[in-house]
Amino acid sequence: METVFSGRAWKFGDKISTDLMVPGSYVLARRNIDPMEAAQYCMRANRPDWAAQVRPGDLLIAGRNFGCGSSRNGSEPLKTLGIGAVIVESVSRIHLRNAINTGLPTLVCPGILGLAEEGQTLRVDILSGKVANLDTGAELQGDSWEEGSPPYQIVMAGGFMPFFQEKLRSAGLITAAGSE
Amino acid sequence: MGMTIAEKVLAGHAGRQSVRPGEYVWCKVDATSGHMLRALERLGVERVWDPDRVFIVEDHLAPPPTVDAANSATEMRRLVKKYGITNFFEFGRGGILHQLFPENGMIAPGELIAMGDSHSTSGGVFNACVTNSAMDALYILAFGELWFRVPESVKVVIDGNLPSWCVGKDVILEIARDLGTDFGLYKSIEYTGAAVRQMTLAQRWTIANMGVEVGAKFALFECDEKTDEWLSTRVSRPYEPVFADGDAQYETTHRFDVSGLEPMVAFPHDPGNVHPARTAQETGIPIDQAFLGSCTNARQEDLEVAARVMKGRKVAPGVRMLVSPASQEVYRDALKAGWLEILADAGCLVEHSTCGPCFGGHLGVLGDGEVCISSSNRNFQGRMGSSHAQVYLASPATVAASAIAGRIVDPREFLA
Repeated sequence: METVFSGRAWKFGDKISTDLMVPGSYVLARRNIDPMEAAQYCMRANRPDWAAQVRPGDLLIAGRNFGCGSSRNGSEPLKTLGIGAVIVESVSRIHLRNAINTGLPTLVCPGILGLAEEGQTLRVDILSGKVANLDTGAELQGDSWEEGSPPYQIVMAGGFMPFFQEKLRSAGLITAAGSE
Repeated sequence: MGMTIAEKVLAGHAGRQSVRPGEYVWCKVDATSGHMLRALERLGVERVWDPDRVFIVEDHLAPPPTVDAANSATEMRRLVKKYGITNFFEFGRGGILHQLFPENGMIAPGELIAMGDSHSTSGGVFNACVTNSAMDALYILAFGELWFRVPESVKVVIDGNLPSWCVGKDVILEIARDLGTDFGLYKSIEYTGAAVRQMTLAQRWTIANMGVEVGAKFALFECDEKTDEWLSTRVSRPYEPVFADGDAQYETTHRFDVSGLEPMVAFPHDPGNVHPARTAQETGIPIDQAFLGSCTNARQEDLEVAARVMKGRKVAPGVRMLVSPASQEVYRDALKAGWLEILADAGCLVEHSTCGPCFGGHLGVLGDGEVCISSSNRNFQGRMGSSHAQVYLASPATVAASAIAGRIVDPREFLA
C-alpha cells in the first residue's frame, strides 16, 4: 500500500457536500451509470470545468466539514478522476468512512488551507500525518491513524473490499478462489 | 467515571464494562438495511447473519422512473427471496426507510443499528444509537458486527416553553444557526431539557433526523412515556431504556431557551444559513415550488398542520405544492383524517411516499433558476435538481403558508 503521495493541489473551500461530488439528479437517479461518466459530474455545480482538468496523482485540499450530507460515496468519483489523496481541515464521519473503505487516503490536517495555494506541489505521508508544501518548504502535522486500529488495517489493506474478503476467507464464508 | 448514552450502548454491544471516547471497538449490531446485498452476493457469500434483522425498501426511486431503476428493484426482490429477508416492503406497503422501519419495529431503546442512508440518525429519537453504514453494511450482513470509534458526547439542553406554533424543525434550524453545521462532527449529541419533554415524538424525530446536518454520528433522546407509547404496538421484544450517568463526561454542553423562538428558515445553500421567517417575508422571496415531504417532516402532525393552514385556502397562482407523506401508514392516516382532501382541494399535488423530490431524483425536480421552500433537510447547491435552483428549508406550517402566499412568509398569522 502506497503511503506517501506527491502532487499538485486543487483547492476547495468549506462544506463541500456529497451532493456536489455525486449529484442526485445526474448520478444517483441513474442506477447503472458508468463510474467514469459519473465522475464527470463531480463538482460540476460549484466548479463546472474541474473534473476534466484533473490529472492522475493530483491532490485535493479543502476546508471544514468536507463531504457533509448524504452517504453517497464522494470518494469514488474523486478516485476515478485520479485524485491521489485528500487533505482537509475537517471531514464528515460518513465521508471519512467511505474514503477509508474506498482506499482514497483522506487526512485531517488543521491549517491545510493556509499551507498551500492551488497549483503548488504537496507531499503527504498518510501514516505519519506529515504534510509538506514542496514549493515553499512549509510543513504541517495532520492526524494519523492509531496503528492496528480497524481504520488503519483497512487503509493498509488498500480499502474495505480486500480487508473484508480476507475476513470472509478466514471465517470460511468464501473459498480462496471463489470470489471476485 | 460515568458514561453517556452512546458510551453505554457501545460498551454493552462490545461486551465491555466501559469505553472511552476515541477508542475503537468492535460491536454486535442489532439490525441493518439490505442496500449492500447485491455486493454480498457478488463476493460469493451465500447467507446473511440474521435475515430477520435486515430491512429492505426501495424508497429513493419509488416506483421506478426508469428501466435501470426497475431492473434494480427486480434484482432486489430476487435477493430478498434468496437470502430469506423477512422485512421487505413492496411499493404501496412501504415508505421512506427512516419512517417505515421504525413503524415496523426495527428500532428499540438501547439498540445499536447501522444502516444505509445518512439520515439514519433519525433513529436516535427512540433512545437507540442509530447511524449510517454505507459499504460497511457488508460487514454487518456477513458477521452481525462492525467497528466503531467511540464518539465524544455533546449535550444540548433545550429549555423554556415551546411556543404553540413551534416544531422540531424550527428548533434544529436555530441550533444549526447558532452552533454551525459542524458542531456535532463525529460526535454523539444528547438532547435533553424541559422543552424536549414538552415536544411530541414527531418533533424530536425531526431534530434527530437532522442530526447528520450538524455532523452527528448519533442524535439521541431519552426514552419517556411518549416513546414507550409509540413503540408499544410496534416492538414486542423487551428493551431497556438507557440514561446517561449523573457524572458522565460531555465535551461541551450547549443551552437553548426556545420560549422566544421565531419560525426559522434556512436560506440557500446551507442548512446553517438560517434566518427568521419574518426576515424572509420582509425581503420578499417569491417561490415556484413548495414541498411537504421527506424523512424530516412528513409525519401525521406535519400533514395535519399543513391542512390546518390550507383549509379553505388555495395554493397561489404560479406556485405548485407537492405533498408526499413519509410512509404508506402516514398516507392512510392522513387520508382517513381528511387532511389529504383539504390539501388536494387547496390545489396540492398529493404524491405517494418517496424520497424523490428531496434528493432531486424524480417527482418534483427543480429546474434552472427555480425557487423552492421545502420541509426536507438539505439545501446544498444542486440538492433538489438544477445547480441554479434555490432551496429554502422550513417547517411544514411555513411551507404551507408560503405556498398560499406565493412567497416565503411567517406562518403564525395562518395558524391563528
